[in-house]
Amino acid sequence: MPENHASPNASRRGVRRTVAKTLFALAGMFAFAFALVPLYDVFCEVTGLNGKTSGSAQAIVHEEVDASRMVTVQFITRGSAGLPWNLDVETRQVRLHPGQSAEVDFTFHNPAETALWGRAVPSVSPAEATPHLRKLACFCFQEQRLEAGERLELPLVFQLARDLPEDVNTLTLVYTLYPVTRDEAVLQARVTAGKGDEA
Amino acid sequence: MAPKLPLHHPVEQSSTASAGGQASAHAAPPRGLMRWLLTTNHKEIGSLYLIFSLTMFFIGGVFALVVRAELFQPGLQLVVPEFFNQMTTMHGLIMVFGAIMPAFVGLANWMVPLQIGAPDMALPRLNNFSFWLLPVAFTLLLSTLLMPGGGPNFGWTFYAPLSTTYAPPSTTFFILSLHIAGISSILGAINIIATILNLRAPGMRLMDMPLFCWTWLITAFLLIAVMPVLAGAVTMMLMDINFGTSFFNAAGGGDPVLFQHLFWFFGHPEVYIMILPAFGIVSAIIPTFSRKRLFGYASMVYATAAIAILSFLVWAHHMFTVGLPLAAELFFMYTTMLIAVPTGVKVFNWIATMFRGSISFEPPMLFALAFVVQFTIGGFSGLMLAISPADFQYHDTYFVVAHFHYVLVPGALFAILAAAYYWLPKWTGHYPNVKLAQWHFWLSVIGVNLTFFPMHFSGLAGMPRRIPDYALQFADFNLASSLGAFMFGASQLLFVLLIIKCVRGGEKAPAKAWEGAEDLEWSVPSPAPLHTFEHPPTFRREDE
Repeated sequence: MPENHASPNASRRGVRRTVAKTLFALAGMFAFAFALVPLYDVFCEVTGLNGKTSGSAQAIVHEEVDASRMVTVQFITRGSAGLPWNLDVETRQVRLHPGQSAEVDFTFHNPAETALWGRAVPSVSPAEATPHLRKLACFCFQEQRLEAGERLELPLVFQLARDLPEDVNTLTLVYTLYPVTRDEAVLQARVTAGKGDEA
Repeated sequence: MAPKLPLHHPVEQSSTASAGGQASAHAAPPRGLMRWLLTTNHKEIGSLYLIFSLTMFFIGGVFALVVRAELFQPGLQLVVPEFFNQMTTMHGLIMVFGAIMPAFVGLANWMVPLQIGAPDMALPRLNNFSFWLLPVAFTLLLSTLLMPGGGPNFGWTFYAPLSTTYAPPSTTFFILSLHIAGISSILGAINIIATILNLRAPGMRLMDMPLFCWTWLITAFLLIAVMPVLAGAVTMMLMDINFGTSFFNAAGGGDPVLFQHLFWFFGHPEVYIMILPAFGIVSAIIPTFSRKRLFGYASMVYATAAIAILSFLVWAHHMFTVGLPLAAELFFMYTTMLIAVPTGVKVFNWIATMFRGSISFEPPMLFALAFVVQFTIGGFSGLMLAISPADFQYHDTYFVVAHFHYVLVPGALFAILAAAYYWLPKWTGHYPNVKLAQWHFWLSVIGVNLTFFPMHFSGLAGMPRRIPDYALQFADFNLASSLGAFMFGASQLLFVLLIIKCVRGGEKAPAKAWEGAEDLEWSVPSPAPLHTFEHPPTFRREDE
């Protein structure tokens, strides 16, 4: 720092201290950005805000059925890019009382000529109902492998908890099909093929 | 803290005369290109930043004009939609990261040491490095336009999965360029903080500093706090694209909404990074040309700090429509509206400064006045957008485009232009040509309003943003916007002409170029010699 040699050593020490502190803050904020990812997941899990249901089976709670109200549960299934499967549901909606449990069958079909791995990812709307939808069994807990042309029927067993908020009369459960990682690698390769080698 | 009055510090400058120009202790600087490549002088680096920013301003401006030319009438005329998307994206990225931010860093480089009586920035070599990262970053970014699949086309907010799963292959280069530009901003911020905290003239306390230094100090802290978050978010994108992670990929258990949270946790402080230094500039210019000291100095400092703190608590107002719970909608709505309070304090103080002042309308003052009026319009449309239930209609329409262009163009950009007119006599030793400056001002003001005011109406009528074609009922508004855009763009050429003329000659400016200007920078000769304040000036407060 040629321009600085006139200034006292004290200010140079001060500069060094300031720089050390700012670098420390920078490292902290960078780490914080990554820490936000698990924090976000925990936050969403506790509050159910992003509509993600629990990733594992929950025990049934034996409680008295609240016969005073009916709730409609709708099912929507969606395919997605990269996985040529069909997912069908036996019924588009069921009506039940809070506290009741129900079983609904979903049919997976792989019309492709190769065996593929896939997964159905659930999402609940409205989000505040998420923690009150208890899944006792669900195909969404595992990845599925379907042989070429295979058709597979899998059940969803769920229960609506009695403490479902009063203002929720309709609940929508969406399943979106996604290819799992190994197929994704294939997809990525296809997208970038012919665009020059990026490695 | 006892409020002290910052203005009018008579300075005992023992060294200015001898510091003039060629300090004999230094070896002769290299000539030609190497001089600029290797310079560690804050004034030269400041000029480099400003020239770079002006270049980027014209490149980003041309992209905007491509957009406006396509939108001149309904239907697809000039460009294919894919290229249109690249133009809107690159316009935003270049203007935010390449034009506005480097312009403020350049102004800080030039003026912060002069305003606090420091000989240079605290870390001159780092300063050189942080500048030269920028041409690298933006060459890389612009080169993506020539790559197979084209450049970034997902909007400047680069929401996942548009920017991950569905992104063009060049996105990895975009991420790298953003990393480099981010490092440049971070290093610049470190330098400014280290300079302001350690190199102030003896006797100058923080509450004696000109507001431009104060606003930049707070801006630098914002940069330190949020640029690493941006770096983290783009690193996650990089890993999602290239290494099979699933931060933002629902298929692997990630969540695209998380990207929006991360982006706006950076993005909202970022918009204040682009406006706080502008507040500092206007707070210097309005007192000068009102020939009064700034009204409410301490409240200006506290209001700036309050805005900076609040900027961390409002990010989800960009995401009202993603499905937030009611409690979050309300929280972010109220915190957003709360920002109007410190901002209102500022506007009030500027007006109170002018009240009963002896006002004259030199070019810097014209731009500063336009800033106050037009920025307030942008602030009001911001308040409208803050109303969560109303935002469901405004979201992603041209109303949003009108809002943020009002705060960024006649807001941040006009403040930068005002700063250039204000300090050009100090930089070049010549006054800018007044006639030309007035033409530039009036054409700019008319052009800006013709461009962006109709967007309020097309937005309220439901025209979505980021589309190359639109329904017929929006044709008249878009015609006006396009005409205004070309008028505004063309009138900026006057500014370039004016700068060239001002560098080459013009009416000679004395050390104190403006009658009412009182800060330390006006105690050194005009043009400011390469080395100033090698012996720190003695700073005296007016009330002592």
